Amino acid sequence: MNATTGTVRPAPARKESAPDRPESMDMYRKMLLIRRFEERAEEAYGRGKIGGFLHLYIGEEAIAVGAMAALRPDDDVITHYRDHGYVLARGVDPKAIMAELYGKSTGVSKGKGGSMHLADLERHVWGGYAIVGGHVPMAAGLALANQYRNEPRVVACFMGEGATNIGAFFAGLNMAAVWKVPMIAIVENNRYGMGTPVERASAVVEIHQKAAAFGIPGLRIDGNDLLAVRDAVREAADAARAGGGPRLLEMTTYRLRGHSMGDPQRYRTKEEVEEAKPRDPILRWRKVLLETGAAKEDELEGIAEEIEAVVEESIRFAEESPDPDPSALCADVLAEESHGPENVS
Amino acid sequence: MALKTYRDAVREALREEMARDPNVIILGEEVGVWGGTYAVTRGLHEEFGAKRVIDTPIAEAAIVGAAVGAAMGGLRPVAELMTVNFSLVAMDQIVNSAAKIRYMFGGQAKVPLVIRTPAGWGQLAATHSQFFEAWFAHVPGLTVVMPATPYDAKGLLKSAIRSENPVMFIEHFRLYGVKGEVPDGEYTLPIGVSEVKRAGKDVTIVTYSRMLHTSLAAAETLSKDGIECEVVDLRTLRPLDMRAVYESVKKTHRALIVEEDWTTLGMGAEIAARIGRDRFDDLDAPVERLGQVEVPMPYAKNLEEMMFPDEKLVIDRVKTMLA
Ligand SMILES: Cc1ncc(C[n+]2csc(CCOP(=O)(O)OP(=O)(O)O)c2C)c(N)n1
Repeated sequence: MNATTGTVRPAPARKESAPDRPESMDMYRKMLLIRRFEERAEEAYGRGKIGGFLHLYIGEEAIAVGAMAALRPDDDVITHYRDHGYVLARGVDPKAIMAELYGKSTGVSKGKGGSMHLADLERHVWGGYAIVGGHVPMAAGLALANQYRNEPRVVACFMGEGATNIGAFFAGLNMAAVWKVPMIAIVENNRYGMGTPVERASAVVEIHQKAAAFGIPGLRIDGNDLLAVRDAVREAADAARAGGGPRLLEMTTYRLRGHSMGDPQRYRTKEEVEEAKPRDPILRWRKVLLETGAAKEDELEGIAEEIEAVVEESIRFAEESPDPDPSALCADVLAEESHGPENVS
Repeated sequence: MALKTYRDAVREALREEMARDPNVIILGEEVGVWGGTYAVTRGLHEEFGAKRVIDTPIAEAAIVGAAVGAAMGGLRPVAELMTVNFSLVAMDQIVNSAAKIRYMFGGQAKVPLVIRTPAGWGQLAATHSQFFEAWFAHVPGLTVVMPATPYDAKGLLKSAIRSENPVMFIEHFRLYGVKGEVPDGEYTLPIGVSEVKRAGKDVTIVTYSRMLHTSLAAAETLSKDGIECEVVDLRTLRPLDMRAVYESVKKTHRALIVEEDWTTLGMGAEIAARIGRDRFDDLDAPVERLGQVEVPMPYAKNLEEMMFPDEKLVIDRVKTMLA
């Protein structure tokens, strides 16, 4: 860590206090759910069942799952467009998520938002946003609302490292720091923003050092290490709840798929991707479970089968759900008390 | 003449202008190594090098702001905004800097800048399926070009790059694959001149960009019923050339404006007002408009398909106007 950026703190010492067995297995289940869900979505995209852009989270699952394990159910979550993982880790019904990807009326956003705009306010998921960095100031605002009403809720704001080069990121985090609101900026440094490697896009490649610009703690965590993620988010959430203000957590990881479907990936070599595969967070956690004796092979096999069935069911549900009714086209533009009909063209 | 795609025509204009003038540079997200998100700038990085085809971070305000500065400093930047949706992030630089600098400083400075950006849709949902040409055309100091054919795209982009003014050059990502005749030699087209793309006598259809193709298809079908539409392609939205429209309305006495953007306060409103003021006596019917349904774009395909004027809607409206 660079000593010249005074406010950067060292990463917390790795807590060896292992999670209890149910939590361990739950986290494994969730990571696997995200992986299988997305593999099936990828396939459905290939069959033309899903349209538009589809950004897969494959390789980054430990971050969503570790973070959600650390957050309380009523903490707030706001994300960018690579959002399937967060929403699944948050416990939103996979059927409703798949239906949204299919553009069906039974989707979480009634088919109007698609893959990039998943929201479930009941579970405090305030949405995926497709304009890079645009949601960072919103996170500050959500946190302001929590602080204002003395609600002990923390806002977790997820984004990629590419987002940390845009104005809204700086303006939003600065404001959050000035206000000392309970917010955690979680930056997933998967090394690329589309085809641009972090070295060519950011003057400071250790993204956590950007925290120095706001006088807040910035930490770099191995984002493929499930427990490191969980512990760092827990610590940040505790600090924020105690009035310590925002914190920037850089999670290093690797995007194993292209930026979105149909990315020719000319900007990186096949060898580079191959090299990253052994660091796959799911394989790693699986190894921990087996080596510590927390789980046996056949038990993990059982979970895999269970997940298979859940994902299968989500596909079936999406396929069988109806398209939105044409009358939905003009619904939800304004609140119902709008002032008379819009008289257009 | 060779048949070329709209995408290739735009790329040819860029390549030719870069070869002609060493001050022309390209900058934007993924314009270099990736080859352009819609493959428009493919090959240019290899040909002209990273000094002239510059990959930028995701930072639209800084892309446009830097392009404005570079233009003032003597270069001729062609800034690419990956899609027009992201122009919102750069709106202050476009409206408050690019458009006003010459005027504000009493003509001392110039901003010879092109901002190329595609508009379009395709299950990309509300924030990724927008147009905004009327927003840009609203602003004095900006030139707004929106070509519909490969031929027009190439000739107009070359003129835009040579222009001393800031130009918003709005492409359409659903037109990139459209083929048309593009001559091999060097040619340019004047900015601010609309063109009759189909002659007719019964109704004037005024349009631009993708809706030109919808309008032409509708006109062909109507022709089988003996209804001949004249189709005028504006090509440039600011300056807005009404001459061809006025000539046509004098013949047809009816005008229908077909646009892809929302109609409220859109290009059609401006065109209708001008026809109403200048050609009131020629009109046999009120000027009509067709545009996008006035809601944010839904993701679901079946809803998205209801959003835009299609051939059938144009045909129906023309028929009602004649009834
Ligand atoms: C303001 C804006 N500019 C450009 C884009 C197009 N775009 C979508 S995702 C993306 C890359 C973002 O990279 P990063 O923030 O690192 O997140 P990752 O995709 O790696 O998860 C770009 C350039 C956009 N959506 N919004």
